Amino acid sequence: MLELQILLIFMIIGALIAVKAKDLLSSVIALGTVGLGLSLAFLILKAPDLAIAQLVVEILCVIILIRATIKKDLPFSTSGRWFFNTIVTFVFLIVFLSFAYFCIKDLPQFGKPIMKVSQFFLNQGLRQTGATNLVSSVVLDYRAYDTLGEATILFTAVVAVLAVMRRAGRKK
Amino acid sequence: MSVYFLCLVLFCIGLYCILRKRNLIKIIIGIAIIEYAVNLFFVLVGYKMGGRAPILSPGQSIVDMVDPLPQALVLTAIVIGLAVTALIAAIAMRVYEKYGTFDITKIRRLKG
Amino acid sequence: MNTQEPGMTLIVKTITRLTVGLILLFGIYIVSHGHISPGGGFAGGVIIALSFIHIMLAFGKEAAFKRINQKAASFFESLGAIMFLTIAILGMVSGYFFLNFGMKGEPFELFSAGTMPLSNIAIAFKVGSGLFMIVVILVLLKIDKKEEEK
Repeated sequence: MLELQILLIFMIIGALIAVKAKDLLSSVIALGTVGLGLSLAFLILKAPDLAIAQLVVEILCVIILIRATIKKDLPFSTSGRWFFNTIVTFVFLIVFLSFAYFCIKDLPQFGKPIMKVSQFFLNQGLRQTGATNLVSSVVLDYRAYDTLGEATILFTAVVAVLAVMRRAGRKK
Repeated sequence: MSVYFLCLVLFCIGLYCILRKRNLIKIIIGIAIIEYAVNLFFVLVGYKMGGRAPILSPGQSIVDMVDPLPQALVLTAIVIGLAVTALIAAIAMRVYEKYGTFDITKIRRLKG
Repeated sequence: MNTQEPGMTLIVKTITRLTVGLILLFGIYIVSHGHISPGGGFAGGVIIALSFIHIMLAFGKEAAFKRINQKAASFFESLGAIMFLTIAILGMVSGYFFLNFGMKGEPFELFSAGTMPLSNIAIAFKVGSGLFMIVVILVLLKIDKKEEEK
């Protein structure tokens, strides 16, 4: 799994550039490289569905963020309580890492998942649903309620964007 | 195990970005990085060493496939993440139009 | 140079004219083969939305609205939601919610797996038109601001 670790280190470097860059446009583009690395990581982890979806969604995400940031570059402020803010940030990080340490100890080892439910899906999926793409059979048949909830969330997001943006028309 | 720790490092970079930066676009970038880290962690937990993709091909028996359940959950989460990012970007654009800045310390008149 | 025409330069427009049909066709392929090969309603819907956004970025928004206007996008989004719910409720007639009724068919055929191709098409309508609507709304804001400045 050496290639996966190299890819993850590439993603971490991209994320650091996205956080630290002084220019908003370059940090958005660095975020795009992180998404591309994630798509390749999905391909290495044997998830081609996710690789296609992540690649396409990343393009749209970068288009939307560039639309939000273009011609609006601003110098970074130095006001505010930086010292207090830094201390709070590191306290949160330490709390999170200490919890994560205990959680990771109890996880199954990498490469040997516990597949009690999934083994049933793998064995019976073709006979019960007739679909050869087993991810699709889980999304659309066994766990279709999740997909219904996703459709509801997407509809709510579209209506919310419309409601946020519509005030400009009403002011005139 | 080292893959899990690298994934945690990615999550921590996103958390640092959200808590420390004062720019709204930087906060959106931090949320996106956290979302990527969580999606990657789900798929990592379901990976089987030397496994195949969960898609059948003719004349193939069902042995050694990776877990399809986390992949199905992440597939919906990716699209939801895009919708949420678009919603936050819309709110940030409205804030910029009203106050002329992305800096959250200068947005004081939140009561309207 | 050509400030009269909206959109980008001649090179971008020519390349767009050549490629946008192929992108749309690839999206339809991904949606319709979602149950037998990688892909599905989510990825295919986003690809279909990207083909219209491609036209909008290259030619300006009027050219995109000539092909699909806002009312049509809104109609397709509602159609996708109603199709998905109808498939779910039709399952209730013969059993329970989201029952996969219909012909299972032969594996590796296009028309197989019961209601799953229909569900894929419904999700593709919903995701594609929803994301297209989001981008259209975000682009329309710029026009409002310009009119206010005048």
